[in-house]
Parts: sequence; C-alpha cells; structure tokens
Amino acid sequence: MSITTVRPVIALLLAALSIAVLGGCANPKLVRVKPWERAQLADYMMRPDRDPLATANAEHVYTSRESATGGREVGGSGCGCN
Amino acid sequence: MLPPTRFFVAAALGSLTLIARAGLKPGDLFPSLVAAGLSGSLPATEGRIVLVDFWASWCAPCKASFPAYARLQADYAARGLVIVAVSIDENPAAYATFVKRFHPPFATLQDTSQQLVTQVKVPTMPTCYLLGRDGRVRFYHEGFHGEIMERDLRREIETLLADHTTSS
Repeated sequence: MSITTVRPVIALLLAALSIAVLGGCANPKLVRVKPWERAQLADYMMRPDRDPLATANAEHVYTSRESATGGREVGGSGCGCN
Repeated sequence: MLPPTRFFVAAALGSLTLIARAGLKPGDLFPSLVAAGLSGSLPATEGRIVLVDFWASWCAPCKASFPAYARLQADYAARGLVIVAVSIDENPAAYATFVKRFHPPFATLQDTSQQLVTQVKVPTMPTCYLLGRDGRVRFYHEGFHGEIMERDLRREIETLLADHTTSS
C-alpha cells in the first residue's frame, strides 16, 4: 500500500478515536468530583503518609527489597487544590 | 489548512478545554447573592465593587488567601470594595472553627447547600470573582498565587474603582 492510500485510513482511525474519547467524556453517567465536592478527598485520613511509622516501614521495604528509595514526596492530600 | 490528523487532535483538545472551563467568564452576570440562600449577614453590594471568594476550611490555599484579603479589605473597603467570602463547607462546625481561628475582617457567609457554587461552577478551590458596579464579572482568579495575585487584584480593584461608567 502506498503512503497516499494509508493516510486517509489513519485520519479516519484518528477521527474515530477522537469521537470515542469525546463520547466518553460526554457520558452523563460518569462521576466527576467537582472542586467543591473534595472535602472527603482533602481529609487527613486520605493522606498516604499520615502514619509516620507506616511510611518509614514502607520506605524501608522499598529500600531493602527493591533497592528503590524516594519519589514518594508528593505534597497535599487529594483535593487537588494545593 | 490543518492536516486531518492535527485537526482532530486540536478538536479533541479544544473540546476538553471547553468542558473543563464551563464556569463564569468576564462579562457574565454573577448570580444574585441575595437569592442564593447564603447563611450569614450579607453586606450591601448594590452599586459597589464586590470581590466574591469561594473557599473551604479543608482547602490549604484558601487559608493562605485570607491574610491577603484582609489587607485588601483594610486598603479598599473605605473606597467602596466589598469582600464576600463564601464558604462551601457542608459541615457548619468546620466553618465555625475556621472563622474563629482566622477572624476575617470581611463578610463570611455559608453556602451550606452548595447552591451558589454549583450555579457558578467554580473551576478550582479557591476561586475569586471581582464584580463591577453592574454586578458583572470583570476579573476572576483560579487558586491563590500569593503576592503576584494580590498585586494583580490591587491593580484590578483600582481599575474598577476608577471606572464610574458601569453602574447598576
């Protein structure tokens, strides 16, 4: 197949993909947490590092078993506002 | 003319941006604060420059923004600026604790049922809207960005205070 015949097929596939993606976004059944609905996500209990002992233990496991450390220091909780 | 592949990618990204930013824009009429059923004492806003801030006790940047709004209140209240900080907390106790801790010198009201914030569709927390004397949105700021945003707000407030052409 020549490149000139393949191009329209690729364009068609991308168009179908775009429609599929946009169609998914437009689905009213999808649950979207609005910025003002994030109180529970911002709660202290939602923080993955709320327990210093558990965090230290997890870090130890990563370091000793997987030779991996760091990369876990993401600030804030789950509200997405800080 | 854009090639078909780029066109569809651009269309997809553009549509997503539109979906994400469906809230109020400059020029739009801000919903009535009186009709919003807010709890608390609403100051007189008729014909005045109003800064409406949506905040929550669980939102860290909101806490950082309060001292800046207090400074704006001290500098511009006498010249006609009204600051209305609308809490979207569903928990009245969390609201009360926050207000007791920060003692804001401006009006704080509760949108416990989240009626107003749902109507306004704030894009992020916090978001503040600067309204002209005609009640229309003139400027808005998503999030709180410290001194830079305070400087921008001061410039915008000065602009609105100097503008006497738009009255309700």
